[in-house]
Amino acid sequence: MANKKPDKKTEAEMTWKDLEVGLIATEPGSARQYKTGAWRSQRPTYEFSKCIKCGLCSIFCPEGCISQNEQGCFEADMYYCKGCGICDKECPTRVITMVEEEE
Amino acid sequence: MATKKGVEVSIGIGDAVKLANADVVAAYPITPQTHIVEHLAELVAEGELDAAFIPVESEHSAMSACLGSAATGARTFTATAGQGLELMHEVLYVASAMRLPIVMAVANRALSAPLSVWGDHSDVMAVRDTGWIQIFTENGQEVIDNVLCAFRVAEDRQVLLPVMIHLDGFHLSHMIETILFPEQSEVDQFLPPNQYPFPLDPSKPVTMGDFSPPVLYTEARWAQEVNLRASKEVVLQVWKEFGAKFGRNYSPVECYKCENRKVLLLTMGSFTETAMTAIDELEKQGRTDVGLVHLRLWRPFPFEELRQAVKDADVLIVLDRALSYGGPGGPVCSEVKSALYNLKKKPKVVSFVGGMGGRDITVAGFETIVNRGIEIAQKGSEQEFEIFGVRE
Amino acid sequence: MEKYGVYIPRLVTKKEPFAPGHRACIGCGEALAVRLVCKALGNNVIIANATGCMEIVSSQVPYTSWNVPWIHTLFENTAAVASGIEAALNVLTRKGVRQASDTKVVAMAGDGGTSDIGLQALSGAMERGHNFLYVCFDNEAYMNTGIQRSSSTPFGAATTTSPVGKVSTGQFTWKKNMPAIAAAHNIPYVATACHSYPFDLMQKVKKAVAVKGPAYLHVLSVCPTGWRCPTELTVRIGRLAVETGIFPLYEIENGSYKLSYNRPQLRPVNDYLKLQGRFRHLSEDMINMIQERVTADYARIKERVAQTQEKKPAVIDKPMEKVS
Repeated sequence: MANKKPDKKTEAEMTWKDLEVGLIATEPGSARQYKTGAWRSQRPTYEFSKCIKCGLCSIFCPEGCISQNEQGCFEADMYYCKGCGICDKECPTRVITMVEEEE
Repeated sequence: MATKKGVEVSIGIGDAVKLANADVVAAYPITPQTHIVEHLAELVAEGELDAAFIPVESEHSAMSACLGSAATGARTFTATAGQGLELMHEVLYVASAMRLPIVMAVANRALSAPLSVWGDHSDVMAVRDTGWIQIFTENGQEVIDNVLCAFRVAEDRQVLLPVMIHLDGFHLSHMIETILFPEQSEVDQFLPPNQYPFPLDPSKPVTMGDFSPPVLYTEARWAQEVNLRASKEVVLQVWKEFGAKFGRNYSPVECYKCENRKVLLLTMGSFTETAMTAIDELEKQGRTDVGLVHLRLWRPFPFEELRQAVKDADVLIVLDRALSYGGPGGPVCSEVKSALYNLKKKPKVVSFVGGMGGRDITVAGFETIVNRGIEIAQKGSEQEFEIFGVRE
Repeated sequence: MEKYGVYIPRLVTKKEPFAPGHRACIGCGEALAVRLVCKALGNNVIIANATGCMEIVSSQVPYTSWNVPWIHTLFENTAAVASGIEAALNVLTRKGVRQASDTKVVAMAGDGGTSDIGLQALSGAMERGHNFLYVCFDNEAYMNTGIQRSSSTPFGAATTTSPVGKVSTGQFTWKKNMPAIAAAHNIPYVATACHSYPFDLMQKVKKAVAVKGPAYLHVLSVCPTGWRCPTELTVRIGRLAVETGIFPLYEIENGSYKLSYNRPQLRPVNDYLKLQGRFRHLSEDMINMIQERVTADYARIKERVAQTQEKKPAVIDKPMEKVS
């Protein structure tokens, strides 16, 4: 999901001329490039055999990073997942278990 | 054909906004601006001005509604005075930093406490640093003309900055004067429709009002400063075009009998006309050494024009209509001094503060100021500035 | 209430108008609430946002989490900015500068920006009858500045400006009743909602958007950071707030009260309080005080529901067909 273009300037490199008029951000959703996954200290693990594909976890994820994988089960995108554990608690069939993040 | 009307200046402003075909007016009443707002409400109610009149619940909300309106691409106008200008203080910075074209007429009024509804420049001086383009006016015609120019300047693609038109509360806002109103077709030619480049529109979503951590804040501020300075060129160009089209010329610093005169008076606003009469009177008395320089463009400050106008004088007497407590006294004077500081040849600058809270200064009063100013220039003074007209 | 088939989440749009990559705390209930509201709003909106958690986490220059037009200016003027946008849209459409469309203006603010510093602007905008939706995301304190109390902080909660100490037991006043204040302006639609009841929330957003005139939505947003509770319990705690009657879910549609969720037996308030560190100092007396008040307030809501069922004509200020 990383959309970071290699030739784009970092904030520290930007000059006053690089700024848009009134600091307007013209690229909708550009914050997608920020890797919030680096924050987590625990990560969800899955027992997909129990998954009934209800989608409740994806509704309750504050990041909105849970979507269906190839099997149709709901899985979090580790680029964004902050490891809050809400999906673990809300899953009706106990598919998800939070474990300590090792990275 | 222009229409000549005898109107109260406040009413005239409403008529000018109507000629400019404003889209949104969001305003809160405060003496002495009320007639501006009332007349605009009337024009909208009668269907003469096709605009939304938002009777907001405070000046802070007035300017805030203007932010929303300008950001949506509407031609936006408001008016206020004194305490109202102060109440919207934080919003003023936002309007200029977010580069939103808004035109505001300010009927300059003294600030509380004590409460005073009468005119002076303390409200103006409190908003010096807000990043708005600011223009002083001296008579009714100038107000109407500059309201029209203001829309043109504010909405210019190279500018996109809000503009304040300052007129003295009561002394100008409530005067009935003969004013020439251009024809609608002439105004339509002079003032193209507003084409704000980044309107809030679902078809092209933008995000406005990001916050800035330290790494980018200086760059943001510098970009704003560069653009405010550059707007002077557009102001001059618009004035030039206005002069060519309507025959009335304006410039940032103007001269009244100031060539080769060694003693110069400097004023802003409606006092200028009284000062002009005083210069004439002094001339009649044989005093041909006294002239007048008057400031029209306040922000961006016209450094070159000011230096050019006064560099050959021996004495420059600046009359401020506001008092900066515990400091240099006259705010305009301190800026003038700072502008002249590095010149090798410059006049002695004397600071006078007077006319506060609606107190008038007569022609005779100006003569006194001139004489006392010359005296101070020769003998020096222990005070940073001279307060005029206080009973001691 | 939530008689949903287990597959209803699958019917909700997969689009994320509030993009991931925002910098909200881990487990942030407000981010969840905003995300759900944005899903329900769709693209044809313009959002005016107050200074606060959601503004800060979503709009660090030069990035943005927003996929719809969005403007932030100051803290207390959201409703005024929204008024300006709404008026401008009307005029520009009328003058033919803009194409006619049902673009809805939505104001978003926190509890501080609504019930404290933003109250004046909100009241003014509602009184003037602007066609807009105001959503208050209530995490019950000034969270973005570090957990200071607001008038929406519940009784007894510990915050940094209502701390617990030798002569203080936390917040000393009862939570300000913002929905009642909104309803007192005789606007067509007022509702309370919570992210733990996502379909109810999204349904209410859609209803509010369809209203012609001012609509007010008060969304309880659990804040694990400020409420001192585990991040995985965000949704559960929101549910408990509703099940205990502390935050009843209801609508006031043209003056008629309607409970969205009615339990025959409310859970004891302590089920909710004991999970949060901000309440850990509460004595049994204080808990009983809270229980009494919650029970009484809930009964009052049910009374209103009964009264307004009697089909008395409600006093609603319908926006007149104004020039603007």
